[in-house]
Amino acid sequence: MGAHRAAVVGVGQTKHRSSRKDVSMAGLVREAAIEALEDAGMTWADIDAVVIGKAPDMFEGVAMPELYLADALGAVGKPMMRVHTAGSVGGSTAIVATKLVTSGIHERVLTVAYEKQSESNATWGLSVAQPFSAALAAGAGGYFAPLIRGYIYRSGAPTNTGHIVAVKDRKNALRNPRAHLHIPDISLEMVEASPLLWDPIRYLDTCPSSDGAMALVIGSEKVADASPGPVAWVHGMAMRSEPTMFAHRDSVNPLAGRECAKDLYAQAGITNPREDFDCAEVYVPFAWFEPMWLENLGFCAEGDGWKLTQAGATAADGDIPWNPSGGVLSSNPIGASGMIRFGEAAQQVRGRAGDYQVEMKTGRALGHAYGGGSQFFSMWVVGDKKP
Amino acid sequence: MTSLREVGIISYATSAVARDVVHNEVEIIVPVIGEAVARSTIAKKDIGFVCSGSLDYLFGGPFAFVSGVDAVGAVPPIRESHVEMDAAWALYEAWCYIQTGEVDSALIYGFSKGSSGDPYELMTVQTDPYYTVPLWPSMTDMAALQARAFMHRTGTSERDLAEVAARAQRNGMSIDYAVRSAADATAEQLMASSPYVSDPLRESDIFPVSDGATAIVIAADDVARKHCARPAWIRGIEHRIEAHSLGVRDLTRSVSTTLAGKKAGVANGTIDIAELHAQFSHEELLLAEALGIDGSTTSINPSGGPLASNVLMAAGLNRMGEVANAISNGAANRGLAHITSGPCLQHNMVCVLEGD
Repeated sequence: MGAHRAAVVGVGQTKHRSSRKDVSMAGLVREAAIEALEDAGMTWADIDAVVIGKAPDMFEGVAMPELYLADALGAVGKPMMRVHTAGSVGGSTAIVATKLVTSGIHERVLTVAYEKQSESNATWGLSVAQPFSAALAAGAGGYFAPLIRGYIYRSGAPTNTGHIVAVKDRKNALRNPRAHLHIPDISLEMVEASPLLWDPIRYLDTCPSSDGAMALVIGSEKVADASPGPVAWVHGMAMRSEPTMFAHRDSVNPLAGRECAKDLYAQAGITNPREDFDCAEVYVPFAWFEPMWLENLGFCAEGDGWKLTQAGATAADGDIPWNPSGGVLSSNPIGASGMIRFGEAAQQVRGRAGDYQVEMKTGRALGHAYGGGSQFFSMWVVGDKKP
Repeated sequence: MTSLREVGIISYATSAVARDVVHNEVEIIVPVIGEAVARSTIAKKDIGFVCSGSLDYLFGGPFAFVSGVDAVGAVPPIRESHVEMDAAWALYEAWCYIQTGEVDSALIYGFSKGSSGDPYELMTVQTDPYYTVPLWPSMTDMAALQARAFMHRTGTSERDLAEVAARAQRNGMSIDYAVRSAADATAEQLMASSPYVSDPLRESDIFPVSDGATAIVIAADDVARKHCARPAWIRGIEHRIEAHSLGVRDLTRSVSTTLAGKKAGVANGTIDIAELHAQFSHEELLLAEALGIDGSTTSINPSGGPLASNVLMAAGLNRMGEVANAISNGAANRGLAHITSGPCLQHNMVCVLEGD
């Protein structure tokens, strides 16, 4: 875990919407950052360094946006960094920021992840023909659909499993005022009647395109001990990467995800994730990824993920709630989505999750993000007690 | 700050050409990483962390770094991260990671093919999207504004700029990855032959478009000593950003460089060698002033610097590599590497390196 302890001492988040026409990109990140600072009982002057993250620059058309955002995030005269690790970036950014504290280099680090998808079109942004490469104008859904079909083929999962997740996460979102999608009458019938986009993914099985930002203030042990509010201690952090393609790659249940979880659980002393966590905020941008990641993250044996989903184990009133905030299926400012998972896990541990607060027994929660072709993973464990 | 682990640069490899129409990014990176890892004598599987720097807009598509992972060889999976910045910031991230005590070594690399587009025009998309981009000042136009202001304040002449440019071309003869070098370059000749691009900057005052990659291996304490006869120890590494809008900064001074240099301990001893990320000739003079160094006691950009070769997102890492080489081969005992990012030196890093 590093030479020094660290904790989340402040959390700020925008209300996610399809288009935040009322704010610039700078206004959007600042909104989340100010809320995180106020939550931490700090001002801009207290912050030692700023770390930002977001997905590809082509989503908004601003290259290296830390330069343009330095003023809005109070970084002038301070160190500032920009992380980019594809969809996992929100998680990776939180980890890079936290390591600035666990290394002993800084005491208080502000980290912000965002996407303002309304500035362009993410499917276009993901589908630019690249020099020297075969054009794959598929967007994310077209890329992941074959992996989902591979999972169904392998596991024999009932074909409505994804729809159950789509309904469950949207019902959870109704208790989260910041969630982008609020669909009060969401039902299996509604999901099944929505257009088929990429077999077997239907429109309501997919995440929305959102404008939004997430901000965390990471504090040292000294800072956390003096914090005016509850804090979420970081019990473990891990990242793993593997190439998009290689011989014998298991892209349905990627080795990088399994090894990342193994490393993480060893750091945090997790032996049975289903029992040791009170909840998990996991990157599920297409509904079928819940059963797939249940297996990849070791919450059950391989091939059994769909059984947990079907039995309601991952529902808000199940034994291991997944995405009580509504998850990526309800809010997806891409570059921020990973940090929202990390931050929502922290809010649960702090008892600050409002109407979607789950009951805390072990006091520990999992935050997870992935990106690229299911090849980049970042995860952390947060808890209410010092590690 | 608490006590830090000793971390040293133990190997460095780089390549650059003016225009590589044969190789894609992965093909450019593979031999450079191979050379840096081989020189480190650490088995690739034993390197604790990998971190890279690249820019999608230079690549011409999203996820430039994803193809970079192919070049590293990430089977089985590795601990890996990426900054959309010059790879010098990837080194900073890796240095921080080593400070946690969780890993003891790291491979850092940066790459780009500037020739795929017009990098001077392209870098305008770094600026404020609402107020500056619509005016589309090129990177060179903005540098020229700064050059003119700097010349006005300091009395620097166009001939002084040409002297910097000519020395860079002569020094470029000493490296094997120079994109622009000439043993007999003189200020007179450049002033007579090099056309203005953006007054007062001539073509020879502006970095040449370069394609290539750079890789460095760093290691902590005993690991560094075991694998390198004379590591270049990182004794200070600091970076600071300034306001974005050109109108609110004093463009004739680099206050973030001065602050980073002070925090990094530049003044705590003699600086034998300084590699400055001066992409325009006036920046070398401006940065030397900001760091309190001068050519009489410090060898400034003996490699020719970015005016000889400037692979965007890798050239900052080159500055560290060149200083480390001079320390490891005994030519210098203490030096500094400077790295910049953004229009008119908005964001600056200073790294102080020392031999044993």
